[in-house]
Amino acid sequence: MAHTTFVELLEAAHEHGSLGSAALAQEIAETGDEAGAIRGRMAGHLAVMREAVELGMTGTARSRSGLVGGDAARIGAAAGGPLDGTASRAIAAAVAVAEVNASMGRVVAAPTGGASGVLPGVLLTLAAERGLDDDAVVDALLAAGAIGAVIATRTNLSGAAAGCQAEIGAAAAMAAGAATELLGGSPEQAGHAASLALQGLLGLVCDPVGGLVEVPCVARNATGTAVALSAIQMALAGVRFAIPFDQVAEALASVGRALPVSLRETAMGGLAATPAARELVSGGADPATGISGR
Amino acid sequence: MVTTRSVFDILGPVMIGPSSSHTAGAVRLGFLARAILGRQPDAAAITLHGSFASTGRGHGTDLAIVAGLLGMRPDDHEIVRAFEHAEEAGMSVRITTGDLGDVHANTALLTLRSGDATVEIQGSSVGGGEVLVTRIGRFEAYADGRMPLLIVEHTDLPGEIASVTRIISGSEANIAQMRVSRTRKGAEALMLIETDTPLSAGALAEIEALPGVMRLRAVPAV
Repeated sequence: MAHTTFVELLEAAHEHGSLGSAALAQEIAETGDEAGAIRGRMAGHLAVMREAVELGMTGTARSRSGLVGGDAARIGAAAGGPLDGTASRAIAAAVAVAEVNASMGRVVAAPTGGASGVLPGVLLTLAAERGLDDDAVVDALLAAGAIGAVIATRTNLSGAAAGCQAEIGAAAAMAAGAATELLGGSPEQAGHAASLALQGLLGLVCDPVGGLVEVPCVARNATGTAVALSAIQMALAGVRFAIPFDQVAEALASVGRALPVSLRETAMGGLAATPAARELVSGGADPATGISGR
Repeated sequence: MVTTRSVFDILGPVMIGPSSSHTAGAVRLGFLARAILGRQPDAAAITLHGSFASTGRGHGTDLAIVAGLLGMRPDDHEIVRAFEHAEEAGMSVRITTGDLGDVHANTALLTLRSGDATVEIQGSSVGGGEVLVTRIGRFEAYADGRMPLLIVEHTDLPGEIASVTRIISGSEANIAQMRVSRTRKGAEALMLIETDTPLSAGALAEIEALPGVMRLRAVPAV
């Protein structure tokens, strides 16, 4: 089984040189597969992520309900906002993948379909900016998987189980930790980055309008990406978060258990229960979708 | 919480969006139903229940189940065109919503016609793209498609179960899990037998030839 605590993962990282190498060693031990096969499979995931970013950036992806689509291209084409090129491109890429997901395109669940934009948004954008090769990104994805497994030991990574914090929150923690290592940070710094990202999204509820993976899910991939980028910035600067990652993950699980069912993917609370959401979703027009006039 | 995890349980599956339960799992449910039927149905009537009924169209659950019945996997780009593919393949499709009772929120009932025979298969998408078939015809079932599955419809005769397991052990396959159910004593009964490895053609023929065995389906792992 994967490392169940970040403390364990850190020890393995010291032994193997990095979080990514530790994750690979653990995967070999667990599955009996060879390193090359595991890396090859992850490279396949990377290719799917890259295709999804490219497709999403064309702006052609539209969800079946018509509620989302075209925003990635809008962000990509815009200039003059407060964020520099890298952060803006990362956010556009995250939205691109989320729009592809919403429009029945192909993505890698990371850790879910609804949160599939954060990891490609952060990792692919930073790797491209810094000229890092695919091998380095594969290492980062392995590290991200190991960080996600630490959270998944404590709660299911689904909005239905623990709210959006367990989807976008987990994705941001995975991306922040993995990217910190990708950019030369130590395993400890990666841990602080993961904690810094996750603390910012603790308590985030799952309140999809009409029960669909569209509003606010697509926008939340941008949110998760921005939170991850700020965590990476802080961790690489030497900022330490006072609560260790294992305990932040435990807090996420505990908050998840405390969330009422209305805020766990049932579309009964939060944004899903607003007048605007109710207007978008009607019981009359189409009983199969609940979406009217679209 | 599951502690046995590969990094690919966290990063993956590669899937057509938007939802691992409402889309990827629905493809798998259709695919498993097709495998249980043993062929592509000529006609499929699909009843969506619960969350499948209320959000299924927006999640492409309808397309996903049809795609699975056509033999597509959860990462197939053609899922979005499943209705056109069904028409080209001559498989008629009817989709309705309904209340299937006290079952999982993501449940569908598939009434599949193949030639003159019709079989009802009910199953649920239980999360993360995993599925469970809970009813085959009149019988309760428990099939997740992860291992080779043998479905034996037979008459409830004394010694019938022993005869089947004897053939399986003689063929050197190992039974991982087994369930038996019957409509009533001495009437029709069903064995669901999961094995670590698929059974040989010889073993299947031997089981089929047993007195009392009415129908045999060998479902590969999907």
